[in-house]
Amino acid sequence: MGNAFRLITHHPSRVLIAMADSKQLYQEVILDHNRKPRNWGVLEDATHKAEGHNPLCGDHIKLTVKLSDDNVDAINVEGQSCAICKASASMMTTVVKGKPRSDAERLVQEFRDMATGKLDHERQAHHLGRLTVFAGVRDLPTRVKCAILPWHTLHAALNAQESTTTEADADPMHAPIGGE
Amino acid sequence: MKMTVPHSATKAPRHVGLDVERLRDDFPILRLRVNGKPLVFLDSAASSQMPQPVLDRWIRYQTTQHANIHRAVHYLSETATAEYEGARRKLQAFINAGDESEVIFTSGTTDAINLVAHGYGRKFIGAGDEIVLTTLEHHANIVPWQMVAEEKGARIRVAPVNDRGELLMEEYLKLLGPRTRLVSVTHVSNALGTVNPLREMIAAAHEKGIPVLVDGAQAVPHMKVDVQALDCDFYTFSGHKMFGPTGIGVLYGKAAWLEKMQPFKGGGDMILSVTFEKTVYNTIPFKFEAGTPPIAAAVTLGAAVDYLAGIDIADIQSHDTDILDYATREMNQIPGLRIIGTAEKKAGVISFTIDGVHPHDVGTLLNDEGVAVRTGHHCAQPVMQRFGVPATSRASFAFYNTLAEVDALVVGIRKVQKVFG
Repeated sequence: MGNAFRLITHHPSRVLIAMADSKQLYQEVILDHNRKPRNWGVLEDATHKAEGHNPLCGDHIKLTVKLSDDNVDAINVEGQSCAICKASASMMTTVVKGKPRSDAERLVQEFRDMATGKLDHERQAHHLGRLTVFAGVRDLPTRVKCAILPWHTLHAALNAQESTTTEADADPMHAPIGGE
Repeated sequence: MKMTVPHSATKAPRHVGLDVERLRDDFPILRLRVNGKPLVFLDSAASSQMPQPVLDRWIRYQTTQHANIHRAVHYLSETATAEYEGARRKLQAFINAGDESEVIFTSGTTDAINLVAHGYGRKFIGAGDEIVLTTLEHHANIVPWQMVAEEKGARIRVAPVNDRGELLMEEYLKLLGPRTRLVSVTHVSNALGTVNPLREMIAAAHEKGIPVLVDGAQAVPHMKVDVQALDCDFYTFSGHKMFGPTGIGVLYGKAAWLEKMQPFKGGGDMILSVTFEKTVYNTIPFKFEAGTPPIAAAVTLGAAVDYLAGIDIADIQSHDTDILDYATREMNQIPGLRIIGTAEKKAGVISFTIDGVHPHDVGTLLNDEGVAVRTGHHCAQPVMQRFGVPATSRASFAFYNTLAEVDALVVGIRKVQKVFG
């Protein structure tokens, strides 16, 4: 499970383990976006689209984007996923809508870096704003992909790939899927 | 080991047959605390835990008995060989195989099925032939056959299940035809817990001369398996789901089939003689055990068999029934919770969904309470598709689980529902 489990004491008869409490992650803003996802549905006049898939948990989202003059005029998302993925997708649409494509791409990179622990959002400069509510996923290795999937999918859509998966070889978060 | 809730505090009756608290003392890992809470380990269907005597066996083998087997004449090599072959005989007795040569050590169930797919499938299955599976299969009992089917131009036929997750016998019988070359079926569904009516299924296949492979990975921790009484042609299982280590498993095969099958892997130990012109394969089981096997794991699996022999299987089964009945009753009282898989005969597993909450979120929030469940498609996507869900949460039980742990699960689920409002 990686570094999310931090061993505090180790004694032959007693082992104590501490871990980041995921309740920090399930904040009201995330729960709200999960209940009422914004920009939900499919854009009929989309210029770019992609589907994202996370085989580990079955998360599956469809992203449709309308670009004009390299500006994200409209962006919709639809699919079936866990709360972390759905809220991440919903908040992503609200943040990138109306922004230049280059800003969206920069956010993709910054979000990935924050979720994987490469970007310390409290010390380093970034443009993530309230998206930092997802910073807690970096302590939950199995959930990082859930948060990143919409951003992967946005990157794929903007770069004319029809589909993406969290298991893609190029995926910096690539990790083997647990078997049975 | 002190549980979260003592037995006296639960609504459930006490157990009489199995002294669970005493048995729990054998499992050091069950003393862990996770997130400040006692670990409630409800994921034994994915991998079970190992008791101290079994752990000790690994250390004893490695510290006093280890060398490579079937090779040198020195003391350690002879000792290691004797212990390895002794473990084979323990596994033979465990499943009541007719002969020790019918017990092949593999790396696990997946490896065992792949061995048969290669050794039997690629030799005896041809274009237009059919392989019969069921909706309940784990990916490990689907993908190897798809690979054979693709290579040979054969066809996969799938026997469906009803809404409770029980095999539709009449549909299964219809699939057995003149082109059927193999039935490959799970004993117990890993995703739903359904116990398949194997004897009836095997007898029907044999009437038409069709051999049957059984994926027994989920069965061996819960019930007495007798391969001769079942009359199956192949039976496969994994060590780590029966309180042994990972990296070791067993393929049982009837000698008549094993003799006819081609080897899966080539290498040392699986040969009688090698020249560059011709190689003569070793006899069974060695023909299928190329290279140095996981000796310590095999010996340790033998110790797991010994450990299980010290517990009355009838007690394990009645404990299993008590836990499943209690958990089913308690969970059915939670609004918005749906149990997927309600077969009359089940073992060890409760799969469920909660309205408005994705299983992955359920798993993460239960982990905060120290409760370990599996979430996802359980490597059984056709089962998920059959029941129209992308994934489920799954609580799975072993004899070391208590009714108090079921209570902890139920409390945890109610907390999850509270978070999601």
